[in-house]
Amino acid sequence: MLPDIDFNVIARSLPYLFRQGMSFTLTLTALAALGGLLLGTLLALMRLSTLPILAPLATGYVNLMRSLPLVLVIFWFYFLVPFVGQVILRADRPVEVGAFASALITFTLFEAAYFSEIMRAGIQSIPRGQLAAGYAIGLTYWQVMGYIIVPQAVRNMLPVILTQTIILFQDTSLVYVISITDFLGAASNVAQRDGRLIEMYVFAALVYFAISFSASRLVKSLQMRTAIPR
Amino acid sequence: MRKLMLTVAAVLAVPGLAAAQELSGTLKKIKETGSISLGHRDSSVPFSYIDDNGKVIGYSLDICAKIVEAVKTELKLDKLDVRLVPVTSSTRIPLIANGTIDLECGSTTNNEERQKQVGYTNTHFLTASAFVSKKVKNLKKIDDLKGKTVVSTAGTTNMKQLVEANAARNLGINVMSAKDHAASFLLVELDRADAFVMDDILLASLIASSKDPGAYQTSDDAFSLPEPYAIMLRKDDAPFKALADKATSALFRSAEGAALYAKWFTSAIPPKGLNLNVPVGEKLKKAYAAPTDNPDPKAY
Amino acid sequence: MNYHWNWGIFLEPSPEGIGTYFDMLMMGLRWTLVTAVLAWIIAVSLGSAVGVLRTLPSRLGVGLGDAYVEFFRNIPLLVQLFLWYFVLPELLPKDLGNWLKTLPNASFWTGAVGVGLFMSARIAEQVKAGIQSLPRGQSMAATALGLTTAQTYIYVLLPMTLRIILPPLTSETLNTLKNTSVALTIGLAELTARTRAMQEYSFQVFEAFTAATVIYLVINALITVVLRRFEKAIAIPGYVAGT
Repeated sequence: MLPDIDFNVIARSLPYLFRQGMSFTLTLTALAALGGLLLGTLLALMRLSTLPILAPLATGYVNLMRSLPLVLVIFWFYFLVPFVGQVILRADRPVEVGAFASALITFTLFEAAYFSEIMRAGIQSIPRGQLAAGYAIGLTYWQVMGYIIVPQAVRNMLPVILTQTIILFQDTSLVYVISITDFLGAASNVAQRDGRLIEMYVFAALVYFAISFSASRLVKSLQMRTAIPR
Repeated sequence: MRKLMLTVAAVLAVPGLAAAQELSGTLKKIKETGSISLGHRDSSVPFSYIDDNGKVIGYSLDICAKIVEAVKTELKLDKLDVRLVPVTSSTRIPLIANGTIDLECGSTTNNEERQKQVGYTNTHFLTASAFVSKKVKNLKKIDDLKGKTVVSTAGTTNMKQLVEANAARNLGINVMSAKDHAASFLLVELDRADAFVMDDILLASLIASSKDPGAYQTSDDAFSLPEPYAIMLRKDDAPFKALADKATSALFRSAEGAALYAKWFTSAIPPKGLNLNVPVGEKLKKAYAAPTDNPDPKAY
Repeated sequence: MNYHWNWGIFLEPSPEGIGTYFDMLMMGLRWTLVTAVLAWIIAVSLGSAVGVLRTLPSRLGVGLGDAYVEFFRNIPLLVQLFLWYFVLPELLPKDLGNWLKTLPNASFWTGAVGVGLFMSARIAEQVKAGIQSLPRGQSMAATALGLTTAQTYIYVLLPMTLRIILPPLTSETLNTLKNTSVALTIGLAELTARTRAMQEYSFQVFEAFTAATVIYLVINALITVVLRRFEKAIAIPGYVAGT
């Protein structure tokens, strides 16, 4: 038996799916990737620094995040962030954090742990001589890192960073568990409202596939071009 | 000077409030931020749901609008920004506590246990917990659920009643949980669950708006006495609660309140022009005449 | 902070009438572990098979293997679970679909198979990379000895590969464990779902989530310690790069 399929439902809900759902997903992905990369680089530098406390602190954070399921982390932050905001800002009440901000904070903090591993490998791949050379011409640690080491590390690691971003793009679908309307949330709202599960879920799968697949193809061709000739 | 005037205004506006009290809690927050956040549901028809255009509507939302109006008058605000935040049964209580939402305009049962973490204003509906199933399965009594797969929405009192009944009567039910009422109902529609335990009013609207309303029936047995629904707010915030209580009790006693009830329960409602046809019952009529925030079902 | 702390909650009876809230979390943990083990078995066996397929001297094999990996890698796990749970039974012949739906513990089977398939694509990548990292001389030598392709893989390439890819396999094992939590969206009562249920019954959000966090950390640490020992025990002398 072939169930009745109604492609119209997709066409009808396209504006809602993309204008509300996909724009949420893409904005969240882009900002969380950027924030995660920044924070991740900082964590990587902390782990590589010789100062006491810093390295174990960063290592502990990275290991903690990498040990927990994202779903659990999403729940944690959704409930916890307003209280943390209260403590940080010394406010007399929990800080109101919207759904988007909450998701953004969650994904930035979570992905930072993964980006930090990538950046650590990237930084370690730069010959130590460059660090010494930087010091020799009178640069401070942060200048050497900021102007010489990190830019090269990012360039070398770009394909891996982008691949992680594609994973992040897929992971954002998990905001479903706190009823935020991302692309999957929008598709699922329509699916339940109109009783059109098959159409909507298959369509959602196709869209995610098309975006992730073409993005990973682009990364691959980028990798070919930027690869260091050996 | 301004503070003094405000205080005077507060005393005049809400006689129940302690005099010469500075704004505190939620009211202070609303005054400072110029905005109030309302939690709403996706599929609690007709209390709080999303229509075809993505607009949030429902009986609870209209009641909340009255409270918002009262807040605006009380705080003498020209403009009050109303933010709508989607919540689920399982996120609503933590989100009230952590300040993400100020009022929860959904279909939330007021009970003593929840009052450990949150507060409620006056009761706006009474509903008992029952279950829906496909007629062909012939399930009418709670004991008929023996060995079946039964779903309820995560975080609801109904879920708790289901697992308690399951344990007390030794029914061996396979209990499933779903994210919201639409998802729970869907599991019954797709035969992934045999029955769905929920407040009878919500079941009635889910059945009525389903693809084939004739295929479903609600149970003869109820899991509970009719329990009160109320708008949820933060615990231990007396001034805000006093204001909400005053606004809702004025509404429930007025002709406007009766009209509002009729609008959602005895007339056609969006999105499909469905009429639930649920007139005000005796108990609810009493609760509207003498508004109360009592969580005890026996009190009604 | 507007919150009523109660760390004694774990010893209080849960409304489910079978033990305390602590027992409830432990039952969740059991589902998490059972699901993870089954998913892992599926992931490693299918992943190895597909990984091998992608290194075979056959265009068709490589194409099929690539398509398999791309399919499972480019769709979010949550969407894949929805496809298996909601869509698949509707597309199957009616009897088969109904059988699937009424299967006892349907969420568990769907969750374990769904997570297993998702992870198998990642493991296939590791296996392929592992095989390709071996010196070409090894397979040539095997061919010269007169081994068939199958024999070459079974006796020469795979034993080497599996030992080389063990470190990345450890982290994929941990990922499998973590990914089982996504199955709560299709009704699997695993640890994260039970934690949320505990929060809903008792309203003690932070106590419940703290407990789950500690449990996940302990399980992760245990798996890591055991697998690291195993890695050391079977490491190929003169190979091991770094970790």
